[in-house]
Amino acid sequence: MQTDKDLADKVYLLPVNPYFVEQVIKKEKPEGIMLGFGGQTALNCGLELNRQGILKKYNVRVLGTQVDSINKTEDRELFVKELNKINVKTPKSIAVTNVKAGLKAAKEVGYPVILRAGFTLGGLGSGFANNEKEIKKALDEAFSYSPQVLIEEDLRGWKEIEYEVVRDSSDNCITVCNMENFDPLGVHTGESIVIAPSQTLSNHEYHTLRDISIKTIRHFKIMGECNIQFALNPRSINEDGGFDYRVIEVNARLSRSSALASKVTGYPLAYIAAKLGLGYKLTELENSITKKTYSCFEPALDYVALKIPRWDLAKFPRVEEEIGSKMKSVGEVMAIGRSFPEVLQKAIRMLQVGKFGLVLNKSKTQTIKEDIITPTPRRLFAISRALRDGYSVDEVNNMSRIDKWFLYQIGLISDFRKLKISKEDLTYDFLLEAKKLGYSDKQIGILAGVDEDEIRKIRKSLGVLPVFKQIDTLAAEYPAETNYLYSTYHGDTNDIEETPQKDEKKIMILGSGPYKIGSSVEFDWCCVTTAKFLRKLGYKVVMVNYNPETVSTDYDICDKLYFEELSLERVLDIYEFEKPLGVIISMGGQIPNNLAIKLHDNNVWILGTSPHSIDKCEDRNKFSSILDRLEIDQPVWQELADLKQAKKFSNKIGYPVLIRPSYVLSGTAMKVCNDDRSVEEYIKEHAQISKDFPVVISKFEEGAKEIEIDGVGQNGELIIYAISEHVENAGVHSGDATLAIPPQKLYFETVHQIKRITKAIVKELKITGPFNIQFLAKENKVKVIECNLRASRSFPFISKATNYNFIEFAVKSILGHNIKGDYKTLDLDHIVVKAPQFSFSRLSGADPILGVEMSSTGEVACFGESMEEAFLKSLLSTGFRLPKKNILLTLGPLEDKIEFLDSARKLNEMGYDIFATHNTHQILKDHKIKSKLVYKINEKKTPNILTMLEKKKFDLVINTQSMKHEHKAMRDGYIMRRKAIDYNIPLINNLKIAELFVNSIYKYKPEQLEIKSMDEY
Amino acid sequence: MAQKQKVYLRLANGKTFAGYSFGKFGNSEGEVVFTTGMTGYPESLTDPSYSGQILVFTYPLIGNYGIPQFKRDDTAKTVQDGFESGKIQVRGIIISGYSFDYSHFDATGSLHTWLLENDIPGIYGVDTRELTKTLRTTGVMLGKITTEPEGGLFEVVDPNNTNLAGMVGVKEPVIYSPRKKNPKKILLIDCGVKNNIIRNFVKRGAEVIRVPLDYDPMNSEYDFDGIFVSNGPGDPKMCTNAVENLRKSFELNKPIFGICLGSQILGLSAGADTYKLKFGHRSQNQPCIELGGHCYITSQNHGYAVDTKTLPQDWSEWFVNNNDGTNEGVKHNTKPFFAVQFHPESSPGPNDTGWLFDKFIELL
Repeated sequence: MQTDKDLADKVYLLPVNPYFVEQVIKKEKPEGIMLGFGGQTALNCGLELNRQGILKKYNVRVLGTQVDSINKTEDRELFVKELNKINVKTPKSIAVTNVKAGLKAAKEVGYPVILRAGFTLGGLGSGFANNEKEIKKALDEAFSYSPQVLIEEDLRGWKEIEYEVVRDSSDNCITVCNMENFDPLGVHTGESIVIAPSQTLSNHEYHTLRDISIKTIRHFKIMGECNIQFALNPRSINEDGGFDYRVIEVNARLSRSSALASKVTGYPLAYIAAKLGLGYKLTELENSITKKTYSCFEPALDYVALKIPRWDLAKFPRVEEEIGSKMKSVGEVMAIGRSFPEVLQKAIRMLQVGKFGLVLNKSKTQTIKEDIITPTPRRLFAISRALRDGYSVDEVNNMSRIDKWFLYQIGLISDFRKLKISKEDLTYDFLLEAKKLGYSDKQIGILAGVDEDEIRKIRKSLGVLPVFKQIDTLAAEYPAETNYLYSTYHGDTNDIEETPQKDEKKIMILGSGPYKIGSSVEFDWCCVTTAKFLRKLGYKVVMVNYNPETVSTDYDICDKLYFEELSLERVLDIYEFEKPLGVIISMGGQIPNNLAIKLHDNNVWILGTSPHSIDKCEDRNKFSSILDRLEIDQPVWQELADLKQAKKFSNKIGYPVLIRPSYVLSGTAMKVCNDDRSVEEYIKEHAQISKDFPVVISKFEEGAKEIEIDGVGQNGELIIYAISEHVENAGVHSGDATLAIPPQKLYFETVHQIKRITKAIVKELKITGPFNIQFLAKENKVKVIECNLRASRSFPFISKATNYNFIEFAVKSILGHNIKGDYKTLDLDHIVVKAPQFSFSRLSGADPILGVEMSSTGEVACFGESMEEAFLKSLLSTGFRLPKKNILLTLGPLEDKIEFLDSARKLNEMGYDIFATHNTHQILKDHKIKSKLVYKINEKKTPNILTMLEKKKFDLVINTQSMKHEHKAMRDGYIMRRKAIDYNIPLINNLKIAELFVNSIYKYKPEQLEIKSMDEY
Repeated sequence: MAQKQKVYLRLANGKTFAGYSFGKFGNSEGEVVFTTGMTGYPESLTDPSYSGQILVFTYPLIGNYGIPQFKRDDTAKTVQDGFESGKIQVRGIIISGYSFDYSHFDATGSLHTWLLENDIPGIYGVDTRELTKTLRTTGVMLGKITTEPEGGLFEVVDPNNTNLAGMVGVKEPVIYSPRKKNPKKILLIDCGVKNNIIRNFVKRGAEVIRVPLDYDPMNSEYDFDGIFVSNGPGDPKMCTNAVENLRKSFELNKPIFGICLGSQILGLSAGADTYKLKFGHRSQNQPCIELGGHCYITSQNHGYAVDTKTLPQDWSEWFVNNNDGTNEGVKHNTKPFFAVQFHPESSPGPNDTGWLFDKFIELL
């Protein structure tokens, strides 16, 4: 959203690093700069700009919190020193370099202690010690891994509490919100289940921590917004009547937590922080919800909000499942309600991981005890199961250290689940009780052995309906002017009036749910753009979404915001209450798309392409026969119900094949198989192959190009489209691919065919609204691999690249406006490249390799005059560092080695030192390209790749792998890639990207990259 | 609590809210008011300013951390830690969700048991947001907790027509001494003082002589360096003797400090008028601006306020509410007489204005 033209006067799509920011400063000459709004990236960049004297040189004033204050919160040593000055406690931690000093330090810190070995991977050498004997042993071990060991006090099991604090230039200071982590200390707050406000703190605890927050923030002279995290001892009181706490950290910027706190309270922290940075005072800024009161107050909540992180660990082969001090989650959801069980079950469903709530799910927890002791995404379910199986709250508390209050609350849900009921028991009181505990119709249905639809009917006939309440920042003390709404069964009156009849000017939009691998901010952009445009056209907009990280859940982006589940049940509740003209389901990605037919069956009016067409598109068999009828080519595929047939079919079409479950369950992966053995392995590992759960096998096309078309149709006519091209060959998931627009390497004939096919499909499915089709092209033969009758991940990208807002076209199309015209999207004067952003460094153990499963967690896009320029800017934007000297080349199959020769020669020419393993080295030598020989990891000779990686001898690793690798080589490759990531060495793992990269640095030095804003292109 | 028992809150405007019983199963009546504070139910329930009232908590989860143990505070004898007076002062409590299971290292019992011991009825399962909106739009009103869904005339005695403050305060003087020798002495006019006010004075080394509401400082048997007029329940105009006594004692020229009801009494003594607010301020998030200074987040619990327009010339408005512009404090232009409408002793609520106690003690 922030790269939208209407949000700023000038938008530069450039890397956020000191070099590029300096260039922009030089060009734009701004008076001031704000550092606290772009997360750690922006903050670090700002600190560096200041350190290099660039801000001073160009006379740029830092607005908001000053650099000196930021430094004091970022530098651990300074931080502790400053807090000592004002008698605020921080965790005791002493760095030691030998056993003797370690013993002394442990005594000082006090047993039990935690040992942390510095500079090691995966927690090697870290542990706990309860006494001198234990620590001696632990220190010996730790020093074998690392020259430095931190001795820290053991705060495991302490509560983790956070406050969001705001301070203005007149020293008015308030805490907008406090939050309590469900998981005790040890689990990163971004990985924790978090509830707001705190639930287990007494007034004394709440306000003492609040006092310390304010004292600390005043001391650091924060101006604007920040957050402060505490550890709180859950067990004891000090001699002085106080309790034991530690300040863990202060973030002198807006953070993930501030975004959450804004959604929790309705207090717009970022907006206020920006105003305060400009010198406004809290007492003069209006409360934008009540429009009667001011911003110098602390919101009072009459509801609770619960956040649960969304993990996608199953997408990453070999990744460690344990959650702890590193962020592994890719998104989060927030549920609002009026009891803990209500929000807990809501939030679990919101995750969209195939759960119906806390209980009554298909998959059963197997390893209860382990899953409670070691935090993983399964912990919550293990706790509920344990309580149902007869574990006591005390036992679970001992294993997990989770506060008993939370466990009691979970117990309420699992106790209810034990009830044995049938249809006759579904009384008003029973259903209301179930609903108050957050049970969905689906869950009640399973419990009573009745269909979900039937439960809904019974429930409605008995009058068990949710009520919709407003979030108003003041717990009803003042009337609210905005419609920021949630549903609850803990109440009997709606805050707003039900719409009496179908409202002709009101449209409901379904949002995109949590960020996850494959669905991120792109769909939020689509929804927000739709909402804004509809309002511009005079419609009232009702938005339904629950992802606290999104703009679509800002209450001022629409007329009514329902911060609610995107389940059939809740969408129907809202639809029946609001009675809009219709619902737009094509902007929020796959979640709303999946509801199409079910909503339609429940008499919901779906705007745009007919739900029947969507069904035809989603059903593989139906879609395939449509393509056959239209004489459109597609990769050969078949649904297979046993292993024998699977192997037979694979051999018939020839390996490699792509294999996946017919019904995609969460976390079940696709795989490319090269032989019978790997098909067997896959089926054993992933799918219980049977008639009910068949697998789909399709021909995997090697060496093909992948092309995407995004467009808008109206009544079966193609209105506007954009074609983008993948840099990588087919086989890399489209979400992980590097995309270029306009396409650079397509034959005219290919483009022509793509257009012809697209028109035929648009016509056949009578598309009205957005769509996306993916193609494979090889030697001018085009095959369709996928079609989606909704906006795709690339809609914001192509809209920004072509300067045609495709969403506005889609909205007009849906509303029946006449939008025919001649739109030029192939012939642009510039090139835009979108590159994926990966997070492998956070995902310990995961193999940084590209494949048919998506693994990127974000994306960037940059403009350029040429493909190389746009690509290089994009790559730098992902945080990629250009190599200085040494490049390690390990290229997979022979074809890769040959293909890369030209590039290797260029690297030679530019003066880089190439290091290569035996085969690659030999081929380079044969072609008179200089390189140095290094030994493979398993060769155990020096110079060895492993030791050189560990000593950070390489500035870049280029590694490509064969589809048909041997096991040993695979393991070697994995270790090498993983080490590169762990030692923060840039890694290129695709041949096409490697070639493009070499061409780019061959053509451009960083200083030759143009500094141009979007509207200058 | 095996069986859920239905109970009802009937309001003077004819509305009835249904819920389930906890605490005592029985009837009660009083003025129904709401508080938006999110923590501190033990403190709120023991706050004498709530005397005569049925308290609605807008925060939906109550009882989570149980009830702390009674602890004697050495420095100020008979003042229990964690509580604002020796008993539950409200006449009933209305909430949305009650946590039957509690968890806190300092808890010794549940809210339910504590209410039972104090013979106070509670209702949970009420749409407290809707109830609050009713009170906000209609204004606070009389109500009764009843076990009967229908029935009979609505006859409730308005507690504000009685001298509530006189009833909740001490009947005989009590002295709280700090450990230090020759302390400054404060004559505390008790209209229903919260324990934390006494703790704040004693903690700062002052001696507190707590005397009944109608105590005349001009005829005191004690030496004292300043007068403090406490918080308390009800209409300040019912405290006619106290207003008169305070006005006479202006002559002593000793520092005078008032909190909450004390502020209203000081206002009346100065010659200003007071009035009843529609639904009062009962919360922990009220922004108060010291004119010409900072904005503070304050804890409040009052239904009446000083009418700023009626302040005599030698008095000024000191604090004002940032949200609705009502008076939050008055002071004399030249003499050391001042008072605030909010609660610097907090408990429950934020401690941002504790400096007011320092200010007063410095003047003694």
